[in-house]
Amino acid sequence: MRMTKKLLTGFAAATAAAISMSAAAQTITGAGATFPFPIYAKWADEYKKTTNVSMNYQSIGSGGGIKQIQSKTVDFGASDMPMKAEDLAKDGLIQFPAIIGGVVPVTNMDSVKPGEMKLTGPVLADIYLGKIKNWNDKAITDLNPGLKLDGPITVVRRSDGSGTTFLFVDYLSKISPEWKTKVGVGTAVSWPEGVGGKGNEGVAQYVQRIKGSIGYVEYAYAKKNKLDHIQLKNRDGQFVQPDDTTFAAASAGADWKGTPGMGVILTDQAGAKSWPMTGASFILMHKSQAKPEAGKEVIKFFDWALKNGQKSAAELDYVPLPPATVSLIQAEWKKITDASGKAIY
Amino acid sequence: MSHSNSFARQDAIFARVTQFFALIVLATLVGIIATLVIGSWQTLTQTGPKFFVSDVWDPVRSLFGGMAPLWGTLITATIALIVGVPLSFGIAIFLTEMCPPALKRPLGTAVELLAAIPSIIYGMWGLFILTPLIASIQPTLTATLGKIPLIGVIFQGPPMGIGVLTAGLILSVMVIPFIAAVMRDVFDTTPAILKESAYGLGATTWEVVWNVVLPYTKTGVIGGIMLGLGRALGETMAVTFVIGNAYNISMKLFEPGNSIASSLANEFNEASDPAHLSALITLGLTLFALSFVVLALSRWLLSSLTAKEGKRT
Repeated sequence: MRMTKKLLTGFAAATAAAISMSAAAQTITGAGATFPFPIYAKWADEYKKTTNVSMNYQSIGSGGGIKQIQSKTVDFGASDMPMKAEDLAKDGLIQFPAIIGGVVPVTNMDSVKPGEMKLTGPVLADIYLGKIKNWNDKAITDLNPGLKLDGPITVVRRSDGSGTTFLFVDYLSKISPEWKTKVGVGTAVSWPEGVGGKGNEGVAQYVQRIKGSIGYVEYAYAKKNKLDHIQLKNRDGQFVQPDDTTFAAASAGADWKGTPGMGVILTDQAGAKSWPMTGASFILMHKSQAKPEAGKEVIKFFDWALKNGQKSAAELDYVPLPPATVSLIQAEWKKITDASGKAIY
Repeated sequence: MSHSNSFARQDAIFARVTQFFALIVLATLVGIIATLVIGSWQTLTQTGPKFFVSDVWDPVRSLFGGMAPLWGTLITATIALIVGVPLSFGIAIFLTEMCPPALKRPLGTAVELLAAIPSIIYGMWGLFILTPLIASIQPTLTATLGKIPLIGVIFQGPPMGIGVLTAGLILSVMVIPFIAAVMRDVFDTTPAILKESAYGLGATTWEVVWNVVLPYTKTGVIGGIMLGLGRALGETMAVTFVIGNAYNISMKLFEPGNSIASSLANEFNEASDPAHLSALITLGLTLFALSFVVLALSRWLLSSLTAKEGKRT
């Protein structure tokens, strides 16, 4: 009996402690793009250790992120496809980039080692349009004189809507007029060819399973699954390998200041070392915050992440934003106000 | 006296409570239908019946037609039944007529356990084991069966193991426990005296099953098949893994396709365009209507069978 009583008091004390702790600890919530999820999760973990503020990020996809922030169910949304300036104005949203990464075409060919195969944008577009159906097509063998290439090509792409797809088709649209008119740009498109895998993992799985296949994934997935990436010819006519230096090169010339809503799309950028399928991931917040406290915590989090998160970004093969861009973002934050119009940060 | 009074009151309360529970089910059903109809209103009014005969699915230009996923759903469910029903029938006959008693329980339990495997596990198994297997036999099938005139086209397509046929085969494994378990249970209800009489007249096991057991239990057998069909129509995860998720209408079973459930699973999260969302909800409504028609048809079929039985005796 006494034992039970002791246990009960102990339990009550523990519960009380837990309640008071949760009251003290702040939680900020966000939802959206899957592409930057690994780095946001890592930042959230480190941030919690230093500040005891937890950040809860749901990687439901860019479209979902935009929907959630529009309906104000989260403190911030995240999207890989930048919203247009007029849409931002209509919904009263502020947009800023948080991290840069790259999309990488990957192949499964027994005779080819990672990074060996060279392709150009137009050839890649023709493969995805279904015009080039075999690896021994002259367009491919001319680019790869040393490689033994043969066999039918199986095209693998995303079955769900995705920011990764957006970067991929945005590049193809810029480089191939036929792609632009026939298919176009979006987070989901009407694919002329191929099988669809769900998520980066799904595409990686299919490419690993199907001999002679080609797919595209976010760089971290290509690295993690040891998929054979390819070299791409960039705008300056150079063949480049995907890694954080070529992603950084692509973002070097970006005009963050002159683009409304900081919505810079980094595909097909100039520069001898630029990787052509680079992209930034964006954060969306309401300009007028109904809960200024929560808004302030979100800004504090990203302020911390942009200043201190470079090391973990590099570990996960993302490219942190350069300091000049960070100060631009900090200026943008001044536009976020509480209901009375006073800047909250 | 007071006792019986309080009992009566308890009964009345009990009746009210259970009635309330039963009405919740009805309210949920009506609520779901209403939600689906409201959600699909935009597509139904703007695209109209054309939605069901158009195979264009273009989120960029905001053009949506539901024929490809509808086709994929029907084809995969058909394959599932073509493969699954004879297998289940065999399993049920063996278990009820020929199985040694010592094997009866373990085998029966094993079949039932198939139903307990979560569908995502079937999907993973399909992708890792079944897909490479199908990919390895596909070239042989195309070279042999693919040459047959008219129906040969069914066995053509790229040899990658992902496609409509693989999805149908996975579904057939998934519907077997449902159909086989129901068949076994209803076969067991056949009065022993009927079977003994037939055996006494010199009938073989097959003749007994075909002429005595099956006619006696056809109601239950059709019910079991419909149950399996219902599962095959709505199955999502396992199909999404192996069907290839391409909006494609083709007679070739090795081509990637799509089903209603897998389209919804793939695209619902990212559908920010209202027309896209409405098209997806319309697909959901279609699937709902399809399942409803299947059930109604089976009911009607069963009732007409019973009516015929009444006339014969």
